[in-house]
Amino acid sequence: MTDSRQSPPTSPTAAPTRRAENILGAEGLSGLRGKTSRRGFFPWLGLAWVSITAGFAMLAGVSLRFLFPNVLFEPPSTFKAGFPSEYEVGAVDERFKSKFGVWIVRDEATLFALSTICTHLGCTPNWLGGEQKFKCPCHGSGFYIDGMNFEGPAPRPLERYKIYVADDGQVVVDKNSKYQWEKGQWDNPESFVSMA
Amino acid sequence: MSRLANVKKSIARSQLWTAFFRHGYPDTDRNRVLVIMSNVLLHLHPVKVRKSGVKMKYTWCAGGLSFFLFLLETITGLLLMFYYRPTIEYAYVDIIDLREQVPLGIMRELHRWGAHAMVIAVWVHMFRVFMTGSYKPPREFNWNVGVILLVLTLLLSFTGYLLPWDQLAIWAITVGSNMARATPFLGHEGPGAALLRVGDVSLVHIGDDVRFALLGGRFVGAGTLLRFYVLHCVAIPLIAGFGMAIHFWRVRKDGGISGPL
Repeated sequence: MTDSRQSPPTSPTAAPTRRAENILGAEGLSGLRGKTSRRGFFPWLGLAWVSITAGFAMLAGVSLRFLFPNVLFEPPSTFKAGFPSEYEVGAVDERFKSKFGVWIVRDEATLFALSTICTHLGCTPNWLGGEQKFKCPCHGSGFYIDGMNFEGPAPRPLERYKIYVADDGQVVVDKNSKYQWEKGQWDNPESFVSMA
Repeated sequence: MSRLANVKKSIARSQLWTAFFRHGYPDTDRNRVLVIMSNVLLHLHPVKVRKSGVKMKYTWCAGGLSFFLFLLETITGLLLMFYYRPTIEYAYVDIIDLREQVPLGIMRELHRWGAHAMVIAVWVHMFRVFMTGSYKPPREFNWNVGVILLVLTLLLSFTGYLLPWDQLAIWAITVGSNMARATPFLGHEGPGAALLRVGDVSLVHIGDDVRFALLGGRFVGAGTLLRFYVLHCVAIPLIAGFGMAIHFWRVRKDGGISGPL
């Protein structure tokens, strides 16, 4: 313990050793003195690590953002569907099924937009006119013309979308709002167009 | 005889030979170790294997089969990539083309059946490791690596499922990816998602949740096909490759294949 060669330098600016002289040239550590002390180096090291971490975090964030495109080449979620008078009582209109995923159904009093997404696992049922029901090919769920489920594994009725008549007299379907029977939302006047 | 010996000696001392083989014949223990340790691929493997480790009765060779099937999938998949185009316009007809017109129409079936076999082999391997207690310390780390590899295997199957772009593919992925809706906080129908809102504006909705990121759209479409293709052919195999390197190397570091107790 008394061996002076084993003890560490008492101050950060301790006298240069022979070895340091060899590496740093003739001036040795004295060439660095006044520029960066041993103690002063650590804040810079810390800053460097923080910067690098922040840089990589930013890259990760930008890469994640890259996965969310600004423009989608999908059909718009709001579309016009002709005039209310075009729809016959008791008919299921399938014109908007493949592009927008919507059936427009007219009953005695109302016109409403049914979602074509099966409430079981999300397949698209078919309208079977002869049997007057929507039948899902995936697992056999069946729905009546008003969207009520009555057979198969579907746990709840088909959802309805917002529907209204625009100023030009045309029916507009807005898929951004949906109305679920089990929540009592089919009574909402936005979920149908009154034909009375 | 001595002339032949001279030829052998001059070959063994040539620059070409010594550049490839940096050790003598593996007829001593030292050279046998060097064979394994001086080769980047072989060094993942233990130098010595326990007698029980090479018995079919003990390992069922299920892990080796899994790796073999991964290699089979890599090669057949690479060949399929020369013909398959991941767009709505071409994907399905390219699959038909691969079956009807391309030489060795069985290539796609090899890839498909190999995929089924790989899923089975990975489960069998997991079952064997469980039944022999090989998940216990010091191998618990490698068990977890194995669980990740199992998930990656299933994800490879799932992403590959969509690529034929037939009705089965589209609806299976529609149904499968609907699960992502229910991801806590990250899926728009999941628990906690309703809490993430500023005033009336929901931060997690159908247009920015985790399912959207997976599908590249609000429903399974052109973006989904391309995303699943890239995940299937590049991203997941790359991650699985790294995982396998760690998995095999870890077997060596944990003392080789476990022995009967």
